[in-house]
Amino acid sequence: MTRARLWLLLPFGALALVVLLVPLPFAPAPVTRELTVVARQFAFEPPVLRVNRGDRVRLTLEASDVVHGLHVDEYGVDARVEPGIARRVEFVADRAGKFRYRCSVSCGPLHPFMTGELVVSPNLPFVRAVGLTLVVLAATLVSLRRLPPGGAPGTT
Amino acid sequence: MSTQTPLQREPHDRVGAARIELTRSRWLRATLRSRAFQPALMLVMLFFFVAAVLAGLVGTPAGNHNFAIVFVWIVWWALLIVVMVPFFGRMWCTICPIPGPGEWLQRRGVVRRTPGRLRSLGWRWPHRLRNIWLQNAGFLALALFSAIVLTRPDVTAWLLLGMVLLGVVLSVFYDNRVFCRYVCPVGGFIGLYSLTSTIELRVKDTRVCMDHATKDCVIGTPQSYGCPWMVFPGNLGRDAYCGLCTECLKACPKDNIALNLRPFGADLLVAKGRRLDEAYKALIMLSCALLYSAVLLGPWGWIKDWANMATFAGWTTYAAGFLAIAVLGVPGVFWLIALAARTAAGVAVPIRRLFVDLAYSLVPLGLTGWIAFTAGFVLVNGTYAVSVLSDPFGWGWDLFGTRSVPWRPILTEVVTVTQVALLLVGLAYSVVVAYRIARQQTASEAQAWRGTLPVSGFLCAVTLTFLWLYLG
Repeated sequence: MTRARLWLLLPFGALALVVLLVPLPFAPAPVTRELTVVARQFAFEPPVLRVNRGDRVRLTLEASDVVHGLHVDEYGVDARVEPGIARRVEFVADRAGKFRYRCSVSCGPLHPFMTGELVVSPNLPFVRAVGLTLVVLAATLVSLRRLPPGGAPGTT
Repeated sequence: MSTQTPLQREPHDRVGAARIELTRSRWLRATLRSRAFQPALMLVMLFFFVAAVLAGLVGTPAGNHNFAIVFVWIVWWALLIVVMVPFFGRMWCTICPIPGPGEWLQRRGVVRRTPGRLRSLGWRWPHRLRNIWLQNAGFLALALFSAIVLTRPDVTAWLLLGMVLLGVVLSVFYDNRVFCRYVCPVGGFIGLYSLTSTIELRVKDTRVCMDHATKDCVIGTPQSYGCPWMVFPGNLGRDAYCGLCTECLKACPKDNIALNLRPFGADLLVAKGRRLDEAYKALIMLSCALLYSAVLLGPWGWIKDWANMATFAGWTTYAAGFLAIAVLGVPGVFWLIALAARTAAGVAVPIRRLFVDLAYSLVPLGLTGWIAFTAGFVLVNGTYAVSVLSDPFGWGWDLFGTRSVPWRPILTEVVTVTQVALLLVGLAYSVVVAYRIARQQTASEAQAWRGTLPVSGFLCAVTLTFLWLYLG
C-alpha cells in the first residue's frame, strides 16, 4: 500500500475507533422482569427474550415434551427442566448484546441447533458492527478510487 | 458517459503476483513424487471414513454422541472450510477416500502404476454435463435435507456409502475421476473456493509443455497415470479443477511442474475460464450460508420444524422457499446489480458476461460467511468431539478416558467478534475483487470504480444480513 493511500485511510481508522469506543447514551432504570420460557423439541417459546441492561431477569423454565436444559452463553446460567416441573432461574442482565441460550440436555436429533436469543439492550455490539461495516466499505471504496496526480494532500 | 467494448486486461490482474515454489524443497518434491503419497493419505482417511459409516449404521442414534455426526459435520467440516480450502485449496480432494474404491478398481491397484489402460467401459462423459451444474444441483438437494443429514447418523452413513457407490458405478463406465470432477456435490464448492487458496499447482514454463510432444502428464507413463482430473497442466491457469493428486509431478520428465505458495485470491482475477455454472455456484453458496445461519443457528423453531420434516407440507414450503431464494431470488437480484454496474460504468459488455464475471467477487465474502457460520456452531459443539473420541459408537466405551467430558460451549465470548472480523475482511476483499474484475471490462479506473458501487451495495447488504442474524 502506498504512503498516499495510508494517509487517505487514516481518517477511516480514526472513524473506526470512534465507532468502536464512543459511549452511547442509554439509561433506562433497571427493573425486574418475570419471563417464562417453554422448551420443546427443538425450540424455545418465545424464541427471543428482550430485556434492558441492568434488569433482573426471573426466568421460569418449563418443558412441554421431554427433559430439556437451558444454557445462556456468557451468563453462566445453566438449568435442567423436566416436563411438568417448572424451574426458576434468576440473573442480572449486566452485559449488553445478543446472547444465545441453548438446550443443554440431549433431547433429540436437532438438539445441537435448539437455540433462543436473549437480546440485552442497548445492543451496542450490533450497532458498532454495523457502523464498522459502513466504515470498512467506505474506506475500501475510497482506497480504490484513483488518487489525483500528486497523491493525497500532505504526501507530495 | 462513454460506451466501451469489453476488454480483457490481463495487465491489471495480479496473475503474475509473487510466488514461492514449495517444490524446490527436495524433501517435499520427493514426497509428492512418491507413488505412496496419495494412497497413504487416502487410506488413513478411509479408516476414519469406515469408522464414521459404521458408527452411523450401528452406533447410537443420538447425533451429538455419534462419531459419524460429530467427526463428519463438526470436525471434518470445520477443518475443510476454515483450514483446507482457504489455505490448501483442493487438498481435501487429494486425501478424500470417497473416490478411492472406484479409482483403485479402475486401476487394478492402489499404489503401484498398473501397466495398461484404465479398466472401464471407456464411455465419454456427455458434453453438456462437462460443467458443475450437476454439482450445483446435488449441493442444493443436500441443502434441502441438511437438517436431517446433519443430525441423523444413519442418514449420514447412507449418504457417505451412496457417494462411494456412485463413484464406483461411474468408474465402471468412465475413465478417471468423473465423479469428483462433475458430480461430487462437495467438490463443486471446494473448486470454486479454491480460487482463493494460497497453494497452486502450475507449470514452471508453459513453453516447455507446448514443445513437449508426448504430453506425459495427460497420457501417463509407466510410472504414473494421466491426469485423473482430465486437466492439462500446461495450460492450467486456475485451481478450480486441479485435484492436487500430484500425478503430473510424477509424470513430467522435464521437471516442469511446481507447487507454489501464492497470495490469497489470485485465481479470482483470472478471466479465462469464468462460466455461468461457477457464477451460480458462488451465488448458491452465499445464499446457503445466509439460509443455514437463519435456519440452523437462528431461534425460529417453526423453520427448524419445517427443515426437520415435522410435516410434509412444512418441508415442502421450506424447500420451495429455500430454492426460490437460492436459485431465483439472490441470483435475480444480482442480475439487476450487474445491470446497474453496467449502467454506472457505461460499458457495453453483455449483461450475462458481467453477471458471470462479477459473481466471482462474491467468493471471498461467501467463504468468510461460511467460516463465520461454522464458528457459530463448532466452538459451541466442539466438546462433543472430545467425548465421542472415547466412545465413537455411543456404546459406553471409554477408550481415552474422555467419555465423561461434559458438553460445554467454549469461547462463546469471542465467537461474535470473530464473525464480525471475518465478515469485514470478506466484505473488503470482495469489494476489491469486484473493482479489479470491473477494471478488466472497462477502459478507465473511474468507470471501474463506478461499476463497483452497485456490487458494493449488494455486498454490504449481505454483510449486514449476516450481522443481523449473528448480532442483531
